Amino acid sequence: MYGIPAPGGGYEVERKFLVHEPEDNVGVAVKDIAGGENVEGIIMRGRDLITITAIEPVPFGHKIALEDMATGTEVKRYGANMGVTTQPIPKGAHVHVHNVRSTRC
Amino acid sequence: MGYVRPNGKVGVRNHVLVLPTVSCSAHTAVKIANRIKGAVALYHEHGCGHMGPDLDRTKRTLIGMGTNPNVASVLVVGLGCEQITPEDVARGIAASGKRVEVVVIQDAHGVRNAIRTGRRLVRELVAEASQAERTQVPVSSLILGTECGGSDAMSGVSANPAVGALVDKLINVGGKGILSETPEFIGAEHLLAERACCDRERSLLLGFVHEIESIAHEAGEDIRGAQPSPGNMAGGLTTLEEKSLGCIRKGGTHQIQAVIDYAEEVTESGLTVMNTTGDDIRSISGMVAGGSQIVVFTTGRGTPAGCAIAPVIKISSNSRAFREMRDCIDINAGTVVEGKETPYEVADRIFDLVLRVASGKKTKSELLGQNDFAIDRILPTI
Repeated sequence: MYGIPAPGGGYEVERKFLVHEPEDNVGVAVKDIAGGENVEGIIMRGRDLITITAIEPVPFGHKIALEDMATGTEVKRYGANMGVTTQPIPKGAHVHVHNVRSTRC
Repeated sequence: MGYVRPNGKVGVRNHVLVLPTVSCSAHTAVKIANRIKGAVALYHEHGCGHMGPDLDRTKRTLIGMGTNPNVASVLVVGLGCEQITPEDVARGIAASGKRVEVVVIQDAHGVRNAIRTGRRLVRELVAEASQAERTQVPVSSLILGTECGGSDAMSGVSANPAVGALVDKLINVGGKGILSETPEFIGAEHLLAERACCDRERSLLLGFVHEIESIAHEAGEDIRGAQPSPGNMAGGLTTLEEKSLGCIRKGGTHQIQAVIDYAEEVTESGLTVMNTTGDDIRSISGMVAGGSQIVVFTTGRGTPAGCAIAPVIKISSNSRAFREMRDCIDINAGTVVEGKETPYEVADRIFDLVLRVASGKKTKSELLGQNDFAIDRILPTI
């Protein structure tokens, strides 16, 4: 178990996203995230916690940017390149097909 | 705790295998094994009318199943005129040092005689096998197969990373792992190839991926262009490489020591990549024919899949599947999605279960009696 135990059991802050590797620049939402919401995530290898303000909604299973990315930046998940950005993506934005393309198709 | 076989390999089960060489003798094999506790028949629809690569692959799979250390001894059941001969299969399995008997329907003058002789032999084999005792053996004797089926958006988040961490952990203590399902490498094959130990394995891996893409292309399928599917995208997957990275994560992060074809024997320590189809039962059968004693299977939806001679441990990617498909799933990795565990903690739980299963604990697929077996084919039957 991880998280900040709250008095009376449970956890104070809900984990809303997960990051596979420390070098990843995106996290995966494991709950629906609302625009403007402050959310906490965990880097699963090493178990460091990070907090980010979502600038737009990020649905369950979708990705959130952990840092500002310029056009042409490699998007890293699982510590590997999963595509490149097609436009600048600010930290806290929804990362998906509208701003990332494959380099393999 | 396992069964040490004459060739030094270690089994986690002690089956007497009734192995038909051809579809024509498959029903007879099933009748021979019927209700003899300790015996299991491998029903299949192959053994004749094969062309080139299928002939080699089918023969290799049948011999591999008999050779697997989970099998104590084998009765080969042939018809007598088939392409893959009972003598060849029996000789191939006997090379492992275990006892192999043969019954041929045409030589026995009919099915009833073959069944009578076969059942007498199988009872004898079971009596003999039952005297084998489990002894303390190192965990490094395990060859763990990995498989995923009925995946969902969380498979790449929870269950696959957990199984990957499990494979890493087993390899760290000297064991072997198999990553399978070639079609799922497409898009991330360049990253997988970078992890190969040497040029030979690298080109083999890229060759297998190219082969499957070419076959699909000839059939009018563009795997690369059609993935990720609209459903995948709605679930949050953005690119083909992201989807494939999630699939191959179940093989862990170690260097790839060997790249082998379907049902070929796993010999190298560490991580081996086997060229198999994405079809669960065919892929599992290929890995077990290659020597895997236990298969770990990740699923988002839940599936009954098992193997006739090897325990299959199933890991759900989400808690709902675990609740709803409880009779099929052994461990829930949905705890990762809920923030209760990391994949590394789930891997510790699976590792404990692997050790208990290796020592005799039955998996859900075994309790269901899932005697699944299927051989992957390349070409039409002639």
